[in-house]
Amino acid sequence: MEARDAIAASGLAAGEARPRLGAASPRYGERAIKALLAVCAAVSVVTTVAIVASLIGPTVEFFREVGVFDFLFGTNWSPTIAPESYGVLPLVLGTLSVTLWGLVVAVPIGLGAAIYLSEYARPRVRKVLKPTLEVLAGIPTVAFGFFAFTFLTPLLQDIWPGFLGTEPNVFNAGAAGLAIGLLIVPIIASISEDAMSAVPGGLREGAYALGATKMRVALRVVFPAALSGVAASIVLGVSRAVGETMVVLMAAGNTPNLSLSFSESIQAITAYIGVVATGDISTQSFEYNTIFAVGLLLFVLTLGMNLVSIRLVRRFREVYE
Amino acid sequence: MRLPGSQRVRLATAGARAETAGALTRQPAGERSRSYAFHALLLLTISLAVLGLAILLIDAFIEGLPRFGLDLFTEGTSSLPEQSGFLNAILGTLLVIGGVIVMTVPLGVGAAIYLEEYADKDRWWNRAIELNVQNLAAVPSIVYGILGLAFIVRGPLDVGFVVLAGSITLSLLVLPTVIIAAREAIRAVPSSIREGSLALGATRWQTVRRQILPASVPGIATGVILAISRAIGETAPLLLVGAAVFVSFNPSGFFDGYTVLPVQIFTYFSRAQDEYIVLAAAGIIVMLALLIAMNSFAIWLRNRYEQKW
Repeated sequence: MEARDAIAASGLAAGEARPRLGAASPRYGERAIKALLAVCAAVSVVTTVAIVASLIGPTVEFFREVGVFDFLFGTNWSPTIAPESYGVLPLVLGTLSVTLWGLVVAVPIGLGAAIYLSEYARPRVRKVLKPTLEVLAGIPTVAFGFFAFTFLTPLLQDIWPGFLGTEPNVFNAGAAGLAIGLLIVPIIASISEDAMSAVPGGLREGAYALGATKMRVALRVVFPAALSGVAASIVLGVSRAVGETMVVLMAAGNTPNLSLSFSESIQAITAYIGVVATGDISTQSFEYNTIFAVGLLLFVLTLGMNLVSIRLVRRFREVYE
Repeated sequence: MRLPGSQRVRLATAGARAETAGALTRQPAGERSRSYAFHALLLLTISLAVLGLAILLIDAFIEGLPRFGLDLFTEGTSSLPEQSGFLNAILGTLLVIGGVIVMTVPLGVGAAIYLEEYADKDRWWNRAIELNVQNLAAVPSIVYGILGLAFIVRGPLDVGFVVLAGSITLSLLVLPTVIIAAREAIRAVPSSIREGSLALGATRWQTVRRQILPASVPGIATGVILAISRAIGETAPLLLVGAAVFVSFNPSGFFDGYTVLPVQIFTYFSRAQDEYIVLAAAGIIVMLALLIAMNSFAIWLRNRYEQKW
């Protein structure tokens, strides 16, 4: 045996009668197809480059006239009314308050729904509820904006208790936030549910064997084990809320407001871009440049959150799959 | 007295089971009631989620019903709300979405095949493409609008505020979704099929075309339909690439001015008169009916043809 191997090895080393394992002829067609498919994949990279390039050009123009510090930490946003001022903080706070009210709704409801679907629901119930949530996740945001304006705001005005101060404005951060919360519930629920279902059954059975109740298994075993997925779902939900345009445009108003308000009208980052875009803007005007500066800020904010969430999702995939 | 073996075993098991059950149910009363309360809380959250979304649908339905009728589909935008409909917006949506389908299906499926079947995962550029696709799927849609405004309407492509600009912008927006869905469908095809085909002497492309693609068509189709339905409902990016301009004529080609259904709904909504808000609600009914039908079909398709290998 060993002798034969040694002979074969020496033969190979000498380059004698080496078996030909490659294709009999070079396959140019195959290579062309591979190149073509690689080009398809490269389109996504080109998209990212184009996004960054399109944002940076006018933003540089913008910062020729406005200081970076004045932009990021200025507390007054009035780009059209003299004296012009370009402090972006009111817009950031507007986005933040809407996101906050959204999370107040979406985190408990989304996580509760995820725990229910993954741990409690019978297979038949799950088989109906999961696709239902998926279909509802496809409702366009313009419908959520309409809902916030025509249903939530009047409802809030009706039930508003006096001790909370003046009742909500026709346009208010609260109604928009609640609608956005409803919008991200399916996102949080479905990603968290994926993470919880990926927790191996052995962990659950071990806990049951030690006498744990269903609630303890869900809260003390499954939830911590799925924590990275749960965190990813929330981060992604925040990213969606920050980037959401139509709901804030239709229901939250267009008044830059330097406060974390519920009942007042605010202006979110995305709403500013939307409002300027629906008006007539000429390429030469300075206003045109402001939407790129604000857009770059939005892109950087959401990019950070997306990368965190992608990393977290990978972690739970690596551990359990 | 000696019992037969099988009976002895049965007695012993029953005894052990009773003992275990006794030990397990002897929980503190607080623990049990807390467990019930938790279950009730979970039921409440899931009901709230479904109920909230159901109220959204019902609200649009009630608001829009007085104005719902066939003339929504036969009338375009007019100066009077009673004579206005969504004809030009529906035609605009059809044209824009036609363009999106033509662009995203080959590009998206091609990219997915490359990433799953050809790309060497150890190469940094392939990993970069993968990360990039995942991030693009979560970039806010209005950022794509800015890209469209700067690069497609103006700038390098310079096509103006026309249907084509809307199509390209929306294609870039939904491309990552199509790629991710198609990749998942391709990955679900077991490697034994791939290896079997290669072992019989098929080339890589032959394997992809004759084995992998046919096996993953239902999954890919589901992903494509979901992505298209997202494109139909997308409003924000199109505000920036021309769909918000007042249009009262029907678009006849890819280089015409246009508006689309969700943007028209928003335009009517923002006129802030009651008649227009009702009209917007009627438009929402049309759009929701279309999208819910499409999404239900897509998910049915996936569940129906989901193969367990």
